[in-house]
Amino acid sequence: MASKPRVTKAYTLGFAAAVTMVCSVLLASAATLLKERQDQNIQLDIKYNILSVLGLAESKDVEAQTIFDLYDNKVKTFVVDTEGNKVNDRKAEDIDPKAEPDLLPVYARQDGEMITAYCIPTQGKALWSTVKGYIALEQDLNTVKGITFYSHGETPGLGGEIDKEWFTAAFKGKTILNKAGEIVSIEIVKGKMRSDEKNPEHKVDGISGATLTTKGLNEFIKSTLEKYEPFFKTCRGGTS
Amino acid sequence: MSLLSKKNMVFLKDPLMDNNPISTQVLGICSALAVTVQLQTAIVMSIAVISVISISNVLISLIRNKVPSNIRIIIELAIIASLVILVDQVLKAFLYDISKQLSVFVGLIITNCIVLGRAEAFALQNKPWPSFLDGVGNGLGYSMILIVVAFGRELLGSGTLFGFQVIPDAAYAAGYQNMGLMVLAPGAFILLGLIIWVQRTITGTVAD
Repeated sequence: MASKPRVTKAYTLGFAAAVTMVCSVLLASAATLLKERQDQNIQLDIKYNILSVLGLAESKDVEAQTIFDLYDNKVKTFVVDTEGNKVNDRKAEDIDPKAEPDLLPVYARQDGEMITAYCIPTQGKALWSTVKGYIALEQDLNTVKGITFYSHGETPGLGGEIDKEWFTAAFKGKTILNKAGEIVSIEIVKGKMRSDEKNPEHKVDGISGATLTTKGLNEFIKSTLEKYEPFFKTCRGGTS
Repeated sequence: MSLLSKKNMVFLKDPLMDNNPISTQVLGICSALAVTVQLQTAIVMSIAVISVISISNVLISLIRNKVPSNIRIIIELAIIASLVILVDQVLKAFLYDISKQLSVFVGLIITNCIVLGRAEAFALQNKPWPSFLDGVGNGLGYSMILIVVAFGRELLGSGTLFGFQVIPDAAYAAGYQNMGLMVLAPGAFILLGLIIWVQRTITGTVAD
């Protein structure tokens, strides 16, 4: 080894302090400088996901501004409570689902004066992680328009497949209500659906090797839909 | 001494084959298993590791004569950890979608034994420029194996390369099935074992 410095306790302490200072200043400034860009990325990702389940955006390969404009023009947001009443003084974007589980944000697609689809956030525990996503329902609030999972920490290639197009595409056109008008949600079956599967309109193919992940999804999707059901009922009944 | 003299090139080339960090020294196995399900993540991970390992080697080499040896490992780790967090922040700002896919694995570069190993074994005793070459060489050696394993795993496990399907639908119709084992960690172990076998046959390396 090259010439060693004479090591006193003070020197060691000073050296450690200096390295720590340099590292923390470097990291703090990097975090501050990049924060705006990162926040914008997160916002963009969220808004893109909402637009895509509502059938308003196909690909992310466009200018960020296009996504933001589309969101501002086409998406009407509001908050409802678990009774189905609108909460007027809150904005959907500000709701923290952990802190306020009883305030439910709704992102509605507006075509002219008509609301043609509803998008609601859903999240819950899967196998390893909290999975976050959006479900969009058609105007009838029964048929699924789209579903997306944008944040998860599941095993890549297994549970991680939940964010893939082949998996989420299967949800389109499935219905969440049975003939009696009760919520049955959508069930992800274990493996592939059998040809004689009962009620195929409420079921989609599972992912082999990811049974526990999809079991988690089944549970939290259902509980999300149940929470929103009072609000959905008022919309289905009236001419909203 | 010229910057790319024969002696210096050895630092760059040696870790690619004869002294490959994964296949010869068997270091960094955990991340080699984790990020090789798909090619794209493996490549971004490779770039991240090459940058961290080369920059950390240079920085540690620069302070090699000043570091009190009793706290050198903590100092090395502090530098490596800062660099990794920096890489993670940059990815989040500029390659958000890929950073989402890599999730925790970027952060786990900190625990990649190759980075600390090169700092301890090389950068502490050598000048900055050879240390830089050594870092790039080891990073490339790591990347090479990662990419070969990811190529095999994505092709056999999902029938795709870079996310594009390469196994024709006709093959699936004829009864071909993706090998589920390849998307799991044991698949990576088997491929890695085969690579080490082939490589040692070529180089004639025998474990002592």
